[in-house]
Amino acid sequence: MKKFFYFIFINILLLNSSNALIEIDITRGNLDPLPIAVSPLHVDIKSEKFKDLKVKNLGEDISKIIEQNFRNTGLFNPLKKDAFVQKPDIAHLKPRFEDWRLIKAQALVTGKLLIKDEKLKVEFRLWDLAAAQEMTALAFTTTPSNWRRVAHIISDKIYERLTGEEGYFDTRIIYVAESGPKNQRIKKLAIMDQDGFNTKYLTLGNELVLTPRFNPTNQMVTYMSYFRNMPRVYLLDIETGTQEVVGNFPGMTFAPRFSPDGKKIIMSFAKDGNSDIYTMDLESRIVERISDHSSIDTSPSFSPDGKFIAFNSDRSGLQQIYVMRSDGSNVKRITFGKGIYGTPVWSPRGDLIAFTKMHKGKFFIGVMRTDGTGERLLTENYYQEAPSWSPNGRVLVFYRETKAGEKGKGFSAKLWSIDITGYNERRLSTKTDASDPSWSSLLSK
Amino acid sequence: MTLNTNLKNILLVIFTTLILSACSTAKKSGDIEGDVYTGKETVEFLAAGVPDRVFFATNKSSLTTASRATLRKQATYLRKNKNLSVTIEGHADERGTREYNLALGERRANAARDYLMTYGISGKRISVISYGKEKPVNPKSSPLSWSQNRRSVTVKVN
Repeated sequence: MKKFFYFIFINILLLNSSNALIEIDITRGNLDPLPIAVSPLHVDIKSEKFKDLKVKNLGEDISKIIEQNFRNTGLFNPLKKDAFVQKPDIAHLKPRFEDWRLIKAQALVTGKLLIKDEKLKVEFRLWDLAAAQEMTALAFTTTPSNWRRVAHIISDKIYERLTGEEGYFDTRIIYVAESGPKNQRIKKLAIMDQDGFNTKYLTLGNELVLTPRFNPTNQMVTYMSYFRNMPRVYLLDIETGTQEVVGNFPGMTFAPRFSPDGKKIIMSFAKDGNSDIYTMDLESRIVERISDHSSIDTSPSFSPDGKFIAFNSDRSGLQQIYVMRSDGSNVKRITFGKGIYGTPVWSPRGDLIAFTKMHKGKFFIGVMRTDGTGERLLTENYYQEAPSWSPNGRVLVFYRETKAGEKGKGFSAKLWSIDITGYNERRLSTKTDASDPSWSSLLSK
Repeated sequence: MTLNTNLKNILLVIFTTLILSACSTAKKSGDIEGDVYTGKETVEFLAAGVPDRVFFATNKSSLTTASRATLRKQATYLRKNKNLSVTIEGHADERGTREYNLALGERRANAARDYLMTYGISGKRISVISYGKEKPVNPKSSPLSWSQNRRSVTVKVN
């Protein structure tokens, strides 16, 4: 799509990973969020103009994005800037720790930026206020139009340093943008930054499109389209816009996902009314049949090591979740709870499977261990489904629909996210109604 | 004594009428038998007396007696119109996950196709397509509209 995805980390100033005192307990959710002060980045007065960027405000704007990212995690409590006690440039050199402690901050982020020769140079530091020391610092250079990503990358570095886990802010979400009345929905593929900015539409809405999913290793996408009224799985390169149909199947293919190495697509193919699971190798184009059963087998998802596949099947009567080896052998049913189960998605960490459960007219998003034990229902609603994992396996994004009245009045579809602890449920902002979200891997990895 | 039995009889008659009327109103207002839509509200016609669609129970793709009768009428019509081809569209209601519903719609459309084929219609004349829950005929969220949306619709192609 754009060529600006090069990033040079020119200078790792200091990575002091020993004797830090701040710790965030990420197993409990948002009970006690960490108070953090994010100082506006100091804008070097030698900065030059760049297109229509408001360079003067850039330091403030970047700090606001970082604050919003932190607030959205539920793990941090970004403090109000009017209580800040030091100018950004001075704090960045060396904060007066005792003054920042007075406003109850435990961590402080400072930074500065310079735009010169059409390049944006940014550096930031994270300070442990209790221990009165620098925890991490980083400087890098990029094109100035990339400034939002700068904020996300800084957020990721800080999140990583404070939680010990990879961040998920420099990521995007692909989804289906919906508009129009409920019985004549127009659906387009759309992509946005995880914080809802930079929305772009990838299809025009001439044909029905469903279930886009990212390749975990690059920026390719697989999705289902009714192009020419033939429901098939497609492959889309979002950098170049080129797309192609996956395989040469004589009937409907659907429910596509990539294998963890990004080299195969796994999906369902419907033949004579029966749906089974197939893979296609993207390089050799070899198609393999994985499941062979007279029931509906669909919604397949690989384990991150590629050795297993979770899927849902109604071979026992109603939809349940099953796990098999990646060659289709050793099929085991793993859900035995009350209700029916669908859309299993393996966590990128490998330890959990997220799912949709339907019981007594309600829809739940939940997680369980990969053998089906330890089921935890995270959220209950009138209708919700299709969880997708943040790349660090910490947050799920899914879509939720409201009940419709006469002629579809009051209907809406929105994206929501929830922490796997069950805390911090929140709606993601999208320009239109939205469904079928899929979270990308980190862009700057 | 006689008065007492009379009273009993009267009460019995009143009771039975109450039960009967309750039954008939339930049937009429719902237009759903078991879980399957039996009304006419959304139905269109391929020709006079030949309804274009059949309805299904939740999560099911088996044909009811009424559905079979409808499909036999379609088969007769297709036998008379030898040059006609059709597409059978399979649909599901909104109370299921998207991907499963695509598979379910496919299965429903094929159930209708298979039945037409047993009545002598060549499979070459019948294509199927599943829309899952993507094209509800009734957009309301209610058991009645869900039952109207669980359907397969036979559509003329030429």
